[in-house]
Amino acid sequence: MTTSRQSAYRLAQTPAGTASAVPAAGRDRSRDKTAAARRRRTGPRGTQWAAWGFLAPLTIYLLTFYAYPLYRNLDLSLRNYTVYSFVHGGAPFTGFANYTAVIHDPTFVPALEHTLVFTLVSLAFQFAIGLALAVFFTQHFPLSPILRALFLVPWLLPLIVSASTWAWMLDSGSGVVNYGLHFIGIGPVDWLTSPSWALPSVVIANIWIGVPFNLVLLYSGLQAIPKDLYEAAALDGATAWQRFRRVTWPLLRPVSAITLLLGLVYTLKVFDIIWIMTKGGPVDSSTTFATWSYRLGFGNLLPAFGPGAAVGNLLVIMALIAGFIYIRVQRRQSA
Amino acid sequence: MLAAGATACSTSSSGSSGSGSSAAAGGKTFTIWDPYPQFDSSSAWTTLLNSCGSQAGVTIKRTSYDTTDLTSKVLLAAQQGVAPDVLILDNPVVSTLAEAGVLTDTTQNHLDTSAVQPNLLGAGEYQGKTYGVPIGANTLALYYNKNILKAAGVDPSTITDWSSLTAALAKVKAAGKTGITLSAIGTEEGSFQFEPWFWGSGANLTKLDSAQAAAALNLWTSWLKDGYAPNSVINDTQTTSWQEFAAGKTAFSENGTWQLSNAAKAGFPYGIIPIPAENGGAAPVPTGGEFVTLPQQSDTSRYTTTEKLVSCLTSADNAYNTDSTLSYIAASGAVQAKQVDATPALQVWVTAVHSGKARTGDDLGTNYPKISQQLWTAVQSALSGSASPSAALSSAQSAAASATSGK
Repeated sequence: MTTSRQSAYRLAQTPAGTASAVPAAGRDRSRDKTAAARRRRTGPRGTQWAAWGFLAPLTIYLLTFYAYPLYRNLDLSLRNYTVYSFVHGGAPFTGFANYTAVIHDPTFVPALEHTLVFTLVSLAFQFAIGLALAVFFTQHFPLSPILRALFLVPWLLPLIVSASTWAWMLDSGSGVVNYGLHFIGIGPVDWLTSPSWALPSVVIANIWIGVPFNLVLLYSGLQAIPKDLYEAAALDGATAWQRFRRVTWPLLRPVSAITLLLGLVYTLKVFDIIWIMTKGGPVDSSTTFATWSYRLGFGNLLPAFGPGAAVGNLLVIMALIAGFIYIRVQRRQSA
Repeated sequence: MLAAGATACSTSSSGSSGSGSSAAAGGKTFTIWDPYPQFDSSSAWTTLLNSCGSQAGVTIKRTSYDTTDLTSKVLLAAQQGVAPDVLILDNPVVSTLAEAGVLTDTTQNHLDTSAVQPNLLGAGEYQGKTYGVPIGANTLALYYNKNILKAAGVDPSTITDWSSLTAALAKVKAAGKTGITLSAIGTEEGSFQFEPWFWGSGANLTKLDSAQAAAALNLWTSWLKDGYAPNSVINDTQTTSWQEFAAGKTAFSENGTWQLSNAAKAGFPYGIIPIPAENGGAAPVPTGGEFVTLPQQSDTSRYTTTEKLVSCLTSADNAYNTDSTLSYIAASGAVQAKQVDATPALQVWVTAVHSGKARTGDDLGTNYPKISQQLWTAVQSALSGSASPSAALSSAQSAAASATSGK
């Protein structure tokens, strides 16, 4: 039973490597002798081709849509492109000159700070609010499914709609938020046009948009925790907080980890909300790497493709680092 | 308001496209790219394109992009060898694309530019060659709401310089209305709107940190500080700033020729005065408007048909129709006269276009985009209060100097 499951597992694991599959299957010599011999005679070639055939669509897809664009972006960031050489080729290879220029740009430090603040603050609030709501919705009460569905609305709306709506609500002159503040005796705040409020404003909008994503993942994670554990904990006299702290929290950890990682990657590259609401401004006060990269490459009359690609690659590296941290944490947990 | 905002954003963020296929099947397809996403496939503009296409015996495939997207889209297309046959392009970018080797000049494409006003044609010239024909021109002036000025006791004819304008804004504010809307957004639009004041003070784009430049930026900053202009101008495009004016609670709007047809629909009587210079007289205004250009093609036999298309688009009769559709002033004197005959109110705009100044003029050429970026950054940083006007301009000047010295 065990061996047959193992060998099947190995076969599934190495679709291209029939070489490793054959010894695994051949271990049970008395039964599989003829089959193994037949496979050795005609098999390897035929199955290998079939294996490559099955692999080809995925490989071609990955090469065309991931490897090649990444290579192009890297190439773009390592050459000194002018508008002429962009069109006609022949841009000189300049090594890391674009990266040096980007790092010494006065926008670099603020953009890095804003990227980190935007990502970490958004993530912390999205996760905390999402978890609180998920726990709340596990208690079945009337209208719970409808309310839960309503919470998905921010996620379903096209970003252009939600970002425009936020920009309109936070308008300093005619916005509904300042109108509300006026009623409780607080003077108007220049949400999108003051250098100190622009970043908090886009963070608030992004938290609102990200909560449903966290809610859905964490809610489904909560469903997977066996009910009898809570019953047992309740019988042992655990309070609600203790049940959350000792049962929910540790058992939800794998789901939390993947939620946070996905959230991190999504938030690092958030571009549309910021671009629609503030264009990264005023000046650079809400510029992140994502908006900066776009502005360099596409936002000016004169595109600076090289530096734009360099900033984009820095963003890729940041996401990769987060991915590696996740894999390490994952490995430590399963070990 | 919400719907209007969402529509405005959606038109500016992505290109819509309309295509016509009225010509006989089997004919060749010619591509035209333009920066007019506001015109759908049933608009007069598309109809004109299609009729020019059928006259030349070809099918027209039209794609429109937002102005800011168009440059990079064209550069990418040219790199892949799929540039459109006809490209309608914002005038300050013509020299950049000419430098990129994307456009044909008049020695290759045989366009006739003799009828075009020289100060308008200037933006299409690069290193002694001409790269296109202006389809029309537009510029900026001050629209005013007659009702509000009357209620505030302001006589628009007394507004001749900055101090009389500021005094008028103060009266309007005292009457409980907003003084002026403008666009100080962090894009080319922001520079375009600031340039009349910048040039009106006597400043020059080659020296952003002059005392005159600081005076112009001080004027705008003080308007915001005193509440004459709403703080939202920092994020307003010319379209959103117009919407605020059209809501009827603002006395003045710095806006362009292209709003004329909307002004008629605003529901209140309006007037137009030229933007005043610091010490009186009309300020030099930047000329806006697009050029019709012919990108390089590997198949040079296409040029013959493309020339027919372009001469059709820019011929006197069609130019008149096109410029009426776009609400632009024509580029040639003869068509301008015809426009004024039909609509005498256009005279103020024709005068403004005659005294208009090309942004890429003063030998700036391809340096203009780099300087302009620093200019709008300085405006944003002064208006949002992150730097004083003179500090913002001096850092803009050093950034512009290092950006332009790289060539």
